[in-house]
Amino acid sequence: MKLKGAEILINCLLEQGVDTIFGYPGGTVLDIYDALFRNGKINHVLTAHEQGAAHAADGYARVTGKVGVCFATSGPGATNLVTGIATAYMDSIPMVAITGNVGLNMLGRDSFQEIDICGITIPITKHNFIVKDVTELAETIRKAFYIANSGRKGPVLIDILKNVQIAECEYEPKTPVAFKPYPVFASKLYSVAEAINKSQKPVIIAGGGVISSNAAGYVKELAKKIDAPITYTLMGKGAVDENDDMCLGMIGMHGTVAAARAVMNSDTIIALGTRFSDRVALNRDKFASGKTVIHVDIDNAEIDKNIPSTIAVMEDVGETLKALVPMVKEDKKPHWTGNIADVKQIDKARRDEGILAYKILSTAAKIAPCDTPLITDVGQHQMWAAQYYPLTAPRLFCSSGGLGTMGYGMGAALGAAFGSGKLTVLVTGDGCFNMNMNELSTAVTQGVPLVIILMNNGVLGMVRQWQKIFYQRRFSQTTLNKKTDYCKFAESFGAKGVVIDENSNVEEVLKEAFAYAQENCAPIVVNCLIPCDDNVLPMIKPGQTYDTQLQKMEEN
Amino acid sequence: MSELKKYTIGALVANKSGVLTRISGLFTRRGYNIESLSVCATENSELSRMTIVLWGDEYTLYQMIKQMDKLEDVKKIGCANELDCVYRELLLVKVSAKPDVRSQLVEIKEIYKAKVVDLSLDTMILELTGTPYKLDGFLKVIEPYGILEMQRTGVTVLARGSHTLKDRDCYSDHIN
Repeated sequence: MKLKGAEILINCLLEQGVDTIFGYPGGTVLDIYDALFRNGKINHVLTAHEQGAAHAADGYARVTGKVGVCFATSGPGATNLVTGIATAYMDSIPMVAITGNVGLNMLGRDSFQEIDICGITIPITKHNFIVKDVTELAETIRKAFYIANSGRKGPVLIDILKNVQIAECEYEPKTPVAFKPYPVFASKLYSVAEAINKSQKPVIIAGGGVISSNAAGYVKELAKKIDAPITYTLMGKGAVDENDDMCLGMIGMHGTVAAARAVMNSDTIIALGTRFSDRVALNRDKFASGKTVIHVDIDNAEIDKNIPSTIAVMEDVGETLKALVPMVKEDKKPHWTGNIADVKQIDKARRDEGILAYKILSTAAKIAPCDTPLITDVGQHQMWAAQYYPLTAPRLFCSSGGLGTMGYGMGAALGAAFGSGKLTVLVTGDGCFNMNMNELSTAVTQGVPLVIILMNNGVLGMVRQWQKIFYQRRFSQTTLNKKTDYCKFAESFGAKGVVIDENSNVEEVLKEAFAYAQENCAPIVVNCLIPCDDNVLPMIKPGQTYDTQLQKMEEN
Repeated sequence: MSELKKYTIGALVANKSGVLTRISGLFTRRGYNIESLSVCATENSELSRMTIVLWGDEYTLYQMIKQMDKLEDVKKIGCANELDCVYRELLLVKVSAKPDVRSQLVEIKEIYKAKVVDLSLDTMILELTGTPYKLDGFLKVIEPYGILEMQRTGVTVLARGSHTLKDRDCYSDHIN
């Protein structure tokens, strides 16, 4: 059947099972939006800004495990996607971003709203395409989805010229080839199994790869069988049930005491789908010195990039563990795991003495149903959420880990809410919220049940914390001094706002907020007035070793 | 950090516009230094062949190969080994050649088996093909006469014997 390029695009998206697109129309995507309108089978969420659309596609992908899709027009529409694409790239999130561009006869002449978006996004995409010929369109779209969702996942951009959208071409529907990770043969894992069987003090570090390869169940099996405590990276949050006795909490700069000690005292590190970022390994030379490092990662280039491995497995984590678990010996190690509960008490004690933010987050975690997606922005509140809002399952946590994108939260929360179809919690700070709070209007229009926990301390808390530690309290440009009334702001957008301060009954206010969001399918802003000098602890300074973990604030 | 060395990487890449940008962008982003890069079409119209000479240690070499291998447009990649490969580079050099020194230059080019490809009243263009070391040596001898301009193509490499880059296993299979 003969179709226009724009119609072929919509049909190819349907082939891939796309049900929701986040985007913003404009001059060079008019034909695509027209085809979308006439087709009527795909839900399109009109965001307030293209950046919101990109983050929404990212949030959607994280909670569903499917490829997130966003649309934008050429020029500024396309460049507004850039931060969202880079965020997805750094966290290996499958996404297909589709942009329009001027027609071939206008290309390269600095036409109105023309930009070389392929050139711009080369370093932040797995791959990108510019489609100049309609006969190549369908195969390009299919290939883009395959690339985004195979191997180490990531974003792919397709720039479609205006003339391609209009031109007609024969279209033949195709069922997409489902990407299946390659099975791993036992023969590849003998040395791994042997090293694990020999180890007396193994510890497992679960990264984002555990979630993207759906390996959470196998990780638990392995941990139980070999009696290894598990810690997770920020990207791996939810890969392990945090109420599990063997779970030590998060590792890294703001990780738990239990995780830091376990890694420090271990003889073998089993690193699964993690890349030993500088926020985890901190000191590359000393992090694993003298230990056996078993590194499983689907991306070759991560092996030996930051931390040299003793044994490397360049395969899908899920497939590797499926083959590996039966090969390791069941072994209880009371000498090693015996005092985990005691060490975890140190972390629990901190929680109990609790700053207001801890109290709010732990209460929210208790009120929210256990399958509620938790979205964060970036900064102190992000670390607090990672530390004190326990999750029990994968694909519930959306946070910008690698890029650390302030302003990620609002867009991602929209995407997560659409992806999960459930009430969603966003934890944000007043700095981050101000970056993309325009998307609150989208949440209102779309009727999204969203509880926005706004940690409002009037400062850029994380930067201020570093200024306290490293810059002798010279608070250069980190005091916000805004006079915004966030409740009135929320109301003016058609949402609701409530306040929590130190005198509030936190549980009561939060319960009402959750009930409001759920019953009215609407967003609510919980403006939490927290002190500006609460800190994220424990902390290991950049480049330092795990034995230097600070329990208390140390100021210069 | 291990020893700094010159490494030569050969790659078959998709013959499409933008591939060179992707690869050179990768070097910039990862902070690697390329000494030379040569690109050409191949017997297969869909593929180009790239030869990249890199200054670095083993860590940089492996990272560069692995990062390049991840690019969609890079089809085959491998590191050339000096013992098993033929290395060649072409040099064109325009040298000041006033009549009084012309015969000396002709003598030098005879020793190096270079060719005179252009001659004017006071200049001469010499062409020399050989290993990069041979070209370096030649330039050193020519230099005192006054090099006006020069161009080197960058190294090109082929493996000796029946081995070809296209028949190589994928890099990832190779190291597994």
